[in-house]
Amino acid sequence: MYQTKYHRASSVDEAVSLFGKSSEAKFLAGGQTLLPVMKQRLASPSDVIDLGKIKELQGVELSGDTLTIKAGTTYYDIMTNADVKKAIPAIAHLTSVLGDPAVRYRGTIGGSIANNDPAADFPAALLALGATVKTNKRSIAAEDFFQGLFSTALEDGEIITAVAFPVPAKAGYEKMRHPASRFALTGVFVAQTKSGEVRVAATGASQSGVMRVPAIEAALKANWSPSAIDSVSISANGLLADIHGTAEYRANLVKVMAQRAVAAAG
Amino acid sequence: MGVEGIGARVVRKEDKRFITGKGRYVDDIKLLGMTHAHFVRSPHAHAKVKGIDSSAALNMPGVVAVLTGQQIVDDKVGNLICGWAITSKDGSPMKMGAWPAMAPETVRFVGQAVAVVIAESKNLARDAAEAVVVSYEELPAVADVHAAIKSGAPQLHPEAPGNQVYDWVIGDEGATDAAFAKAANVVKLDVTNNRLAPNAMEPRAALADYDAAEEHFTLYTTSQNPHVARLVLSAFYNIAPEHKLRVIAPDVGGGFGSKIFIYPEEMVALWASKKIGRPVKWTGDRTEAFLTDAHGRDHVTHAEMAFDANNKITGLKVKTYANFGAYMSLFSSSVPTYLYATLLSGQYNIPAIHAEVIGVYTNTTPVDAYRGAGRPEASYLIERLMETAARQLNVDPAALRRNNFITEFPHQTPVIMAYDVGDFNASLDAAMKAIDYAGFAGRKAKAKADGKLRGIGVSCYIEACGIAPSKAVGSLGAGVGLWESAEVRVNPVGTIEILTGSHSHGQGHETTFCQLVAERLGVPISQVSIVHGDTDKVQFGMGTYGSRSAAVGLTAILKAMEKMESKAKKIAAHALEASEADIVIENGEFKVTGTDKAIALPMVALAAYTAHNLPDGMEPGLKESAFYDPTNFTFPAGTYICELEVDAGTGKTSFVNFVAADDFGRLINPMIVEGQVHGGLVQGIGQALLEHAIYDDNGQPITASFMDYAMPRADDVPSFNLSHTTTLCPGNPLGIKGCGEAGAIGASAAVINAITDAIGKNNLEMPATPDRVWRTIHAA
Ligand SMILES: Cc1cc2nc3c(=O)[nH]c(=O)nc-3n(C[C@H](O)[C@H](O)[C@H](O)COP(=O)(O)OP(=O)(O)OC[C@H]3O[C@@H](n4cnc5c(N)ncnc54)[C@H](O)[C@@H]3O)c2cc1C
Repeated sequence: MYQTKYHRASSVDEAVSLFGKSSEAKFLAGGQTLLPVMKQRLASPSDVIDLGKIKELQGVELSGDTLTIKAGTTYYDIMTNADVKKAIPAIAHLTSVLGDPAVRYRGTIGGSIANNDPAADFPAALLALGATVKTNKRSIAAEDFFQGLFSTALEDGEIITAVAFPVPAKAGYEKMRHPASRFALTGVFVAQTKSGEVRVAATGASQSGVMRVPAIEAALKANWSPSAIDSVSISANGLLADIHGTAEYRANLVKVMAQRAVAAAG
Repeated sequence: MGVEGIGARVVRKEDKRFITGKGRYVDDIKLLGMTHAHFVRSPHAHAKVKGIDSSAALNMPGVVAVLTGQQIVDDKVGNLICGWAITSKDGSPMKMGAWPAMAPETVRFVGQAVAVVIAESKNLARDAAEAVVVSYEELPAVADVHAAIKSGAPQLHPEAPGNQVYDWVIGDEGATDAAFAKAANVVKLDVTNNRLAPNAMEPRAALADYDAAEEHFTLYTTSQNPHVARLVLSAFYNIAPEHKLRVIAPDVGGGFGSKIFIYPEEMVALWASKKIGRPVKWTGDRTEAFLTDAHGRDHVTHAEMAFDANNKITGLKVKTYANFGAYMSLFSSSVPTYLYATLLSGQYNIPAIHAEVIGVYTNTTPVDAYRGAGRPEASYLIERLMETAARQLNVDPAALRRNNFITEFPHQTPVIMAYDVGDFNASLDAAMKAIDYAGFAGRKAKAKADGKLRGIGVSCYIEACGIAPSKAVGSLGAGVGLWESAEVRVNPVGTIEILTGSHSHGQGHETTFCQLVAERLGVPISQVSIVHGDTDKVQFGMGTYGSRSAAVGLTAILKAMEKMESKAKKIAAHALEASEADIVIENGEFKVTGTDKAIALPMVALAAYTAHNLPDGMEPGLKESAFYDPTNFTFPAGTYICELEVDAGTGKTSFVNFVAADDFGRLINPMIVEGQVHGGLVQGIGQALLEHAIYDDNGQPITASFMDYAMPRADDVPSFNLSHTTTLCPGNPLGIKGCGEAGAIGASAAVINAITDAIGKNNLEMPATPDRVWRTIHAA
């Protein structure tokens, strides 16, 4: 790791002002992505601004049909939260299969979506549920927030404060784990909104990051059941291929994971 | 005897310090004035080093020195050696390319060191290493064995035309051809044994300290065999004569073979310590471990097995290409030859075997012994062949094996090994019973009704352990003898120190070796301590690998114990005014048999050291040593059976049951043996399902971190159902065969046989990743 300067912010405003005063600052949440990258000397921020102790970034709120998860909430806290389990159990399940216990105790929803790894789990949930990302400056629809591999609508120094999820009628998430990293080799989040809209998002599959899967959405709109997807064909074009999975395999997984997610959603 | 003797499940003495964080590893040792080394490593798989500009690095704060490959060559530090000479079929010696500790001219794998930066801290050394400018001229590289032997392939070493190290044969080709000519059936199989990265939990480390006044070096290093390290560093690398070099291997966090070898980093640390006049420490990080710890396996094999009309095996032909990587590591040459092809008879009566092994250089990390070393490759091949044969001949795989088992011992195979004892039917029976083999068809049908593909796979392995009779290995080209030594010191107050040339890096010697003493003397193990891992303390030793510590190392301790006991009995008889023949040792006392006359061990020891009243002519003291050279290998064997289900939608495998019935001869501590089997099985399963060290066509490693290289985790493996069917080894007085490698040797074939049974397709390479299994299921 290169030399860096560590700051612990006690409020979002302080974090923003610290960021403004540094030459090349990075916000630190759970550190499960940023720290390994710094250790490998692939990132060398002049300053690291820790968001971990900011109270306003912690916690979960359920009000009416909206479940709000503050950005600094850890996966473990999300997984065990009663409101999450009640309102959107698929999110509790998603966090339970995310990484390993060490990652779940440290990693945060804000860090995950800010990083937008093409194989991360949460981006699929945000996209399928039509969530809204709240920052210190504005609200951004999930569609507009994720902009391809490791890239988002966030501006320099902008802080995610929370994610607001509309509570769906039904939702499910199934994931084939990457055998080494345990990220999603492919994961599919399916959701049926209370107004009857069907949204399906796949992560780990596409070369351009998290994506909607219109063919499966159409099939499920007509008939919300796993067998409705039987006849859907997913093209391997544009899908990721690496030592752990060919593009054809990932195309198959999009379909199989979607079927299992529908079964899980009920 | 007793609660702490042989056969007792004694809790490991060493675990208190390990689980309370009090272990003392090389990196825990800090010396006054210590500096830190960081290596500048090649990013290219094959390149000429055109120049090294260290000026910027030397000007950075805290930098003590930047040393290069040319300097180490100029200082006449020896090139790395390969300690086992193999002769090709045409009678020519193997062809070795030169391997300097740091490359002065040419780099041949990604990660090879070209220079080292020594600085006041680890981080400063690392910063400065980034400022060392190395200019390379890239050369074409080759990573795959088949590509490497093609004409026109990039050439690694001028000494080895065609990238061929050797073309070695074993067995009787004429007799084998004759068997095939008469065969009723021939079964053919192509298999790849995937390359693995060993990944001991503790990365390698070295701390070298040169004392200019004494002209003496001390090296703290992560070694499985510190005396062998000293021998090689002295005799071949010109570091220092043996009496001026002390090698200490303190607590070592796993080795699996990868810490047998003497690596460039140790050599450089020693050499640099003298050059700069200060201690030099290097501790590898995980990336360096992936790039520079000797890898394992990496064979590509075609094999054919001939059967007569009664499904008896009549012949076996094998042709294997072994990928050695860019250089010949210390024992690499022996792994695909004498540790592999000599086990190709498996548990079976095979009248004629012929094997050819072609060793090949590629632009990859050197390959050497890794848990099992050659024997997993042999066992995997034979057990895949047996399964393939059963499918082709349409017979039950267990029955086909039984039909061909060796049942009479001793048995001379056509490939050197003479099996001393075994009962292969007993372990097969035990495993079949444990897994309810007979009920499998019903379970498979039920699984099918639930939409699951269920399979069962048998693997009957045998290995040659207790490495090794010195004369035999000497005649086969080994550069060292493979005996072991021990010393027993009874202190004047009666406590006991056992000095052993074996080295524990996870095996639990501090417990099991004490159990032998408890067994023989009836003293609690708390009164016994084990001293190992220091060339200044222990007389000599060949170290720990090849499941040799109990069969060879513990036997050496037994021999020394016997000498000590014989002297102690004389002292006791003298004191008790009895005949030596009437003295028995019980519960820490020397007793006159049939009487109540006794003298406690501490009193005997005190008498030995006060020497006030010893038998006439007896030397004072109570300390004996022994060197033990085994007369044969030992042959642990057993059967593993795996039952699993494959998810046809994803290709993912889930274990249903995994049973192991092993014959290790006598068990000293069954709990520790079970731990060894668990670990070995996990490594075998890891090879079968997850692990693969992969290079792209240009020799760039693509699995150099745990984010890409899939190490097995607890939830990747099942709970194991273990049992033992024991035949005592006649080759050593304790009847021990060894248990350290069996799991890694036998498990992978059981897993692949089960998956291929489940999916109904025979050809499936390791690792059987979900993607690969899914594609195999759906292949036309
Ligand atoms: C072994 C391992 C396995 C993993 N497995 C998975 C997995 O299965 N699925 C998965 O989805 N992920 C996985 N991850 C990644 C993990 O989820 C990370 O926690 C996540 O990517 C980043 O979250 P963090 O809180 O740790 O953020 P950090 O690492 O602290 O930060 C990541 C990035 O986000 C920025 N950031 C953090 N918080 C904010 C904020 N509030 N506003 C703006 N920017 C912010 C940081 O500046 C940084 O650039 C794994 C990681 C590891 C090490």
